Amino acid sequence: MQQQSNKFFFNVDWITILLYVALCLIGFINIYATEFNPDISTDFRLSSSYGKQLIFIGTGLVLGFSILLFDAKFFSVFAPVIYGVTMVLLVVVLVIGRDVGGNQAWIAIGSFRLQPSEFAKFGTALLLARYISSFNVKLNSLKPILIAAAIIVLPMTLIMLQPDAGSTLVFLSFMFPLYREGLPGYLLLIFWGMVLLFVLNLYLAPTILIVSILLLGAIFIYFNRKRQQKIISIGIITLLAIGYLFIAKVLFDHVLQKHQRARIELILGLTKDNKGVGYNVIQSQTAIGAGQLTGRGFLQGTQTKFKFVPAQSTDFIFSTVGEEWGFAGCFVVISLYVFLLLRVINIAERQRSSFSRVYGYCMACIIFFHVFINISMAIGIMPVIGIPLPFISYGGSSLWSFTVLLFIFLKLDSNRMGFI
Amino acid sequence: MDQLFNRKYIIQGLFVVLALILIGKLFYIQVATDKYFLNANSNALRKSYVFPARGVILDRNNKILAQNQPTYDLLVTPKLVQPFDTISLCKLIDIDMPTFREKLRKATVRSRFQSSIFQKLLSVQTYAALQEKLSNFPGFEVQKRTIRYYPDSVAAQFLGFMREVNQVDIDKYEGYYKPGDYIGKTGIEKSYEEYLRGTKGVRHILYNAKNVAQGSYDDGRLDSLSIAGDNIVSTIDSRIQKLGEELLANKVGSVVAIEPSTGEILAFVSSPGYDPNKLVGNNFSPNYRQFTANPYRPLFIRPLQGKYSPGSAFKPLDALIALSEGVVNPNTTIFCPGYYIAGNRKLSCEHRDLNTNLRWGLSRSCNTYFWSIFAKMLTKNGSSRAKQQAAYDVWQNKVRKFGIGDTLGIDLPSEKAFKLYRPKDYTQMYGKRWGNTTIISLAIGQGEISTTPLQMANIMAIIANRGYYLKPHVVKAIGDEKKIDPKYKQKHFVDIDAKHFEPVIDGMQDAVNTNTGTATESRIRNILMCGKTGTVQNNRGKNHSVFIGFAPRDNPKIAIAVIIENGGYGGAYAAPIASFITEKYLTDSLEPRRINGATLQQYKDDNLLPALKMDKPKKPLSKADSTKADSLKKRPLPAKQNVAINKFNKEAILPKNNAAAKQ
Repeated sequence: MQQQSNKFFFNVDWITILLYVALCLIGFINIYATEFNPDISTDFRLSSSYGKQLIFIGTGLVLGFSILLFDAKFFSVFAPVIYGVTMVLLVVVLVIGRDVGGNQAWIAIGSFRLQPSEFAKFGTALLLARYISSFNVKLNSLKPILIAAAIIVLPMTLIMLQPDAGSTLVFLSFMFPLYREGLPGYLLLIFWGMVLLFVLNLYLAPTILIVSILLLGAIFIYFNRKRQQKIISIGIITLLAIGYLFIAKVLFDHVLQKHQRARIELILGLTKDNKGVGYNVIQSQTAIGAGQLTGRGFLQGTQTKFKFVPAQSTDFIFSTVGEEWGFAGCFVVISLYVFLLLRVINIAERQRSSFSRVYGYCMACIIFFHVFINISMAIGIMPVIGIPLPFISYGGSSLWSFTVLLFIFLKLDSNRMGFI
Repeated sequence: MDQLFNRKYIIQGLFVVLALILIGKLFYIQVATDKYFLNANSNALRKSYVFPARGVILDRNNKILAQNQPTYDLLVTPKLVQPFDTISLCKLIDIDMPTFREKLRKATVRSRFQSSIFQKLLSVQTYAALQEKLSNFPGFEVQKRTIRYYPDSVAAQFLGFMREVNQVDIDKYEGYYKPGDYIGKTGIEKSYEEYLRGTKGVRHILYNAKNVAQGSYDDGRLDSLSIAGDNIVSTIDSRIQKLGEELLANKVGSVVAIEPSTGEILAFVSSPGYDPNKLVGNNFSPNYRQFTANPYRPLFIRPLQGKYSPGSAFKPLDALIALSEGVVNPNTTIFCPGYYIAGNRKLSCEHRDLNTNLRWGLSRSCNTYFWSIFAKMLTKNGSSRAKQQAAYDVWQNKVRKFGIGDTLGIDLPSEKAFKLYRPKDYTQMYGKRWGNTTIISLAIGQGEISTTPLQMANIMAIIANRGYYLKPHVVKAIGDEKKIDPKYKQKHFVDIDAKHFEPVIDGMQDAVNTNTGTATESRIRNILMCGKTGTVQNNRGKNHSVFIGFAPRDNPKIAIAVIIENGGYGGAYAAPIASFITEKYLTDSLEPRRINGATLQQYKDDNLLPALKMDKPKKPLSKADSTKADSLKKRPLPAKQNVAINKFNKEAILPKNNAAAKQ
């Protein structure tokens, strides 16, 4: 058994790798389409963005398969070290980082740029998995919850200082692996409830909110009218929620600085910004809408060429998919993601080692979070948060970090019979 | 652990539900609605515009003042340009190769895929030559549009000019205008832009990714025809407008004539002016630059923006207020020894008019009489400071009723208003201790009172109407339905009883029609003209010559104000010029000479332009209809010194209002 697990491709889940390669190729095709210009001779050039992306995909595969060469134990043993290194990089980037588009998120090494926040994701995932899987940690008491929270909050804080709101929010997805491992569900509900209330508080008039909370409370009380205990707790929760509204309002209006408020309002779309962020969304929606059912066809998109949509090959690559491949293409891409992630979760559940399982969940949730936020902003469901579409968006750092994230899991899985 | 295992389904379910939300929204924007698809077409489905004919502007007798002439723009779509015989194209549109390359480069920077203007405003001849060979020039096309043409070259500042839109215009009209479009910038062209411009026609043409036109989108369901702009009948009478411009050639000044019964502007002369055809098409930029640099400021709209003390021309209004306040009656006499004692100052009057009543005072323009009645008005309730200041407040409120101190709200842009002092303003200026002697110069239209020529003409319209005016306006009818804003039918009363007007009009009649009057030069045979001169002293150059009046006395048809800067006595230039215009308007003919024997041609020929510093005054230009701007252009100013000279002389020719008046 031990011998077999060291063999190169033994027990590797080929379906996952196939899905991974498919998504990478879709990415390449669409990046090629954004760059494509019918007038200029179609020589393949490695200096173009699609050329570079091909290099990134190739090196990514090499990177991925070399991870398979590692001993599975390595990741669990060195999790704290890897976490530490990525945290150091996050600090370093604050000092020597290059300012790109208002974010100090890149470390330049020659012509090569590294984005440490991408790598912090799997660093955090590894340490979180290691901590939760350690003996005697149960996520239903306060201390382990706080420690797990601290592991997540540290990189979030460092990334927020860049400031890169999008990458910061990604770390919220670690909440779901914690939930899977026993974090009480009501904590999640309370957290998302508070977030929801905070946001609604900015959108809606206080009277409307208070009335609807009271109404909701009344409905719940009505359905539980025979259980006095529940009536009391629902009543308390209702009052707490209303109290929270006022605290959140005071917090927002008086404690937050003006520029922080402005940023939150912009992210939530409360302030219009048609020339800047708003412009991207309109152009992206237009491009996607232009695709209609079957799309304009490969290289036939007019919106996504000619630079109508900014950040076309990175954050808004999905608009190219939408325009050239239409609803059918979008459906396929989303299905591929869902299929991949459901498979990852199923694989995670078959692990004997809880380290592998937690890590699998972490990875699935991070990737899903990226996919959901990225597509949502491209089609105008969510405000623009600049995060890449995994495997598809142009960019080395993001492709490699997702590749590493995925292949570490594949390695762990290939070793599922052994012990870590 | 079993229970936790179930959480797998919750998380997987969450993934599926959120993915379905995305798919649902995608279904909406891609399949269910074609809103975004149509949006996208503004990029890939390109619009080509058909420019409508702009509305023609007519004078009150339906004579054309501004019409259209066709012109052609050469457009280029850089992406479609292929190697071709560039030299022949350059020859056709008369540019050299470097210019050609630069223009093509600029167009490429604007957009490689959208067509943009390569060469503007080609002549019909060029167009004809170009049209033949256009197929040899891939990527180039011609777009027709119209520019203005002014057959009579009159009323430039009244009509206004058009100019390419700037970003402010584009934002203001929310998408109607595209860069390269033209918009009215001044005058009627501006204030009635939305009527004149009509509606652009649009053709939607679908292009594929290779930018090849695929024909009309959706069988032209979204296309629209252009709708020509509304014609506008203006209130101007081009006969007297033209005469006025000729008379004011080589003079600084303005003429405003109003039809009292309607408030319609009959003449609107601002001199020096310019030939409106000079601000059209390709000539615009060089000429506009030249006009802005011109020290005589041909673009300055004097009837609306000129700041002039009314001087003695204010006296009729002063008399009306005195009568309505009851401090004098028409027979009250005041002895004029040739001077007036105001406090401890002795103010001299032009002449000794001895026992002066209202009629004599107005016809002789006796300062002493008006100083006295002004003092009477202010001391009506007692001579304490507070009482006088309260009386002044009553007085200035009555003056305001005549439209002084505020804009009249004419339907032309950039009308100016000048401040009329309220009691608190004087208190701020002099402290609490001021009374009639302090502000006595107001009695003869000097001091802290300034008007535009339009306001002066409007005062005459009020007197002609015996107590009311209609908002002065420049448009008689818009479009085929002959629309007009009802606010121009509304009478604005000045709250002075009609009976007080007759004695004042008697005085004004005598000023013109008795030989002792001050405005005899404006006498017209067989027509009873009523008027009042003003001679406004200013501290540079000669006095400004001012005349306001109306005719005929009964059932007046025209009220007029003429201001000739540095023209000397009111009777010297303003009065005769007013009479020529009035006579022309009422009889459509002209007596050859005025009472002083001077002919029309003499008045036209006289040059009263202030001398420019460092430049000796030129002899009067003989050709009356040579355009004013032209004559200025010919002045041999050394180019290098232009700026300094202009700066200096702008000041020099501005009317000075702190002057004293005589006569």
